[in-house]
Amino acid sequence: MAEIAPQLLSGNEAIAMAALDAGITLGVGYPGTPSTEILENLSRIGGEAQWAPNEKVALEVGIGVAYAGGRALVTMKHVGVNVAADPLFTVAYTGVSGALVVISADDPGMHSSQNEQDNRRYAVAAGIPMLEPSDSQEAYDYMLEAFELSETFNITVLFRLTTRVCHSKSIVRSRPKPLRQAHFERDIKGRVMIPGYARPAHRRMREKLKQIAVAPLMDRLTFETGNPESKKGIITSGITYQHVVESMPDARILKLGITYPLPLERIQQFVESVEECLVVEEGDPCLEEAFKFANIPVEGKPEDFRFGELTVDRVQQIITRNYKEIPPPPPGKPPQLCARCPHRIAFSILSRLDCIVAGDIGCYTLGVMPPFEAMDTCVCMGASIGVGLGLRHALPTDEARRVVSVIGDSTFAHTGINGLVEMAYNPPTTGHVVLILDNLTTAMTGTQEHPGTGRRLDHSATRQLDFEALSRAVGIQRVHTIDPTEDAEAYERLIKDSLESGELVVIIARKPCILTEKRIARLEAEACLAEQPNND
Amino acid sequence: MIEAGVTNVVIAGLGGQGVVKASDILSQAAFAAGLDVKKSEIHGMSQRGGSVSSDVRFGERVFSPMIPRGQADFLIIMEETQVTPNIHHIRPGGVLITPDHIPYILEVEDEEQAILLQRTLNVAMIGVLSSYIPNIMSEHWLEAIHNNVPNGYFEINRKVFLLAQAVEQVMSRLVTTTSSIGGIPKPALR
Repeated sequence: MAEIAPQLLSGNEAIAMAALDAGITLGVGYPGTPSTEILENLSRIGGEAQWAPNEKVALEVGIGVAYAGGRALVTMKHVGVNVAADPLFTVAYTGVSGALVVISADDPGMHSSQNEQDNRRYAVAAGIPMLEPSDSQEAYDYMLEAFELSETFNITVLFRLTTRVCHSKSIVRSRPKPLRQAHFERDIKGRVMIPGYARPAHRRMREKLKQIAVAPLMDRLTFETGNPESKKGIITSGITYQHVVESMPDARILKLGITYPLPLERIQQFVESVEECLVVEEGDPCLEEAFKFANIPVEGKPEDFRFGELTVDRVQQIITRNYKEIPPPPPGKPPQLCARCPHRIAFSILSRLDCIVAGDIGCYTLGVMPPFEAMDTCVCMGASIGVGLGLRHALPTDEARRVVSVIGDSTFAHTGINGLVEMAYNPPTTGHVVLILDNLTTAMTGTQEHPGTGRRLDHSATRQLDFEALSRAVGIQRVHTIDPTEDAEAYERLIKDSLESGELVVIIARKPCILTEKRIARLEAEACLAEQPNND
Repeated sequence: MIEAGVTNVVIAGLGGQGVVKASDILSQAAFAAGLDVKKSEIHGMSQRGGSVSSDVRFGERVFSPMIPRGQADFLIIMEETQVTPNIHHIRPGGVLITPDHIPYILEVEDEEQAILLQRTLNVAMIGVLSSYIPNIMSEHWLEAIHNNVPNGYFEINRKVFLLAQAVEQVMSRLVTTTSSIGGIPKPALR
């Protein structure tokens, strides 16, 4: 292979390039910060990439690709793995014929998320190996390793990133690999998980994990650095490794690139060779617990350091055991809905009508901020409808009549549809109102397409999911569509009437997001040009 | 404890001001100059009109992509209100660069040009910064700008960059440090 000039890439860009260089068959996922740019970049540089309606479907498509002998990359943010957990735990049993690598992009510190769950737990719970890069070069190298590991052991691989790996740029040298052809091999006992076939599959999965724990790859992904004479040892992984080297270049550092299964023998040797050994890890004490369970004497971090991101400053505190609180900097300007955002009108109305608002995940979650403060719950993608229904079931009539579920278009296509089916199936006695704030894009993550926009990941045209027809088909009594910017009074009247009707109502407030205006105009002009008969 | 020879730059402002673009230009220029570079920022919810900041670190070898507290050699602030929430980044003697210190560098003939100049503020700030960083050459800066601005806008950005750089080189008063940390640094003349 010819030498390729190094490039300055974000972790997400490096992964896209590695996936392309690994001869990926298909990349599939659902947008979610900090994972979104992986598939966007993959598509941009010539790989096949598509958005699925949600992470569960994305993973299932990825499983199919890998069953066919292809190489699949499935991307999502940490909370997306919760949505995809059902297929994840069973594909761990079946294994794959080709390669299946699942990205979990975690968000310690919750820069753009509703929780800071530590998805290293998923690797242990599902029995799936987990790789964790600490910068863009490792993101590239480990992604190639992940495809190879997946294919060698016919196993799914979890690839854990964190915000600071996804969105930090550093220098990457690449090395493309040859392509691979998909082909279906029938393996009924390996792929159809009825209990009789699943029982041996579980044993096979555990056996593979044992083999991986002693495979040559463990040595490639585990290395020691720092001062070999030091009596002070530190074990770390991921982005925290970078903070540790900067804070404590004179310590002996054992850096783990694979955190499940663990190279316990090597860790044992390392700990025995130093006088004291500290585990420095972001988030939950996963490594610390695993070492202690294996009777390897290590020291962890105080409970307080389980919250939020680690930084060089916080790592220094852990290492020097100086836990003096660092005063937080003065707050910056909090995020808010854009000045011309149509969502603003909706939240003004909901605030004026004193509605109890079951909210959801997206830009419109900012309706919780002043001056609106018009959101009372926000749990996870799609939860607005189920939570709204539960509120309606439990509250006394006068309060129940004030409950509105507010959901965005991408979130509705993601996991809102099931809630709508439940609404028709078990209607509250007071009826219910679902307000779909349809701005024809996935705005919060950077204006990605979804089934309701009628465009695919690369913005090419496809079938458009018809929210109105869908709502009627599941049995919603009243379905209204309105342009929220046209007549604010009519908009308010519609919501008020709907609340008073006691019926099942879906209101679709449709107006393209102002951030997509230029793009939509360009795409429409291009489509128009393509339709002209004289155009060749 | 910081690695010797690492330069730390924090660029901060509000969503939509070109903070990330400025940090892309800076990091690519440093990369083109053959230095190790890391840059880090937060995307997602904070982009919606809120405070945005980006850390850029370059030198012999960079480890953490995030600048430790109080270790920024340069703090570039795109909007006056963002000084307070970000001033803790700067080290004693570090250089604060704000729009107030950008001179009226081009003759504006109409409103269109005024908007254009507003949009090139991030590149002007990078121009000011460039006069303090002798190991990144003009060709590296211009290549990075070329790669990061839309076709047809390179020329105006190039002009703005070179003017801001040239003016900064001769007029030290255009850059100040905060009074709390004292000591106005003398700009490095090339």
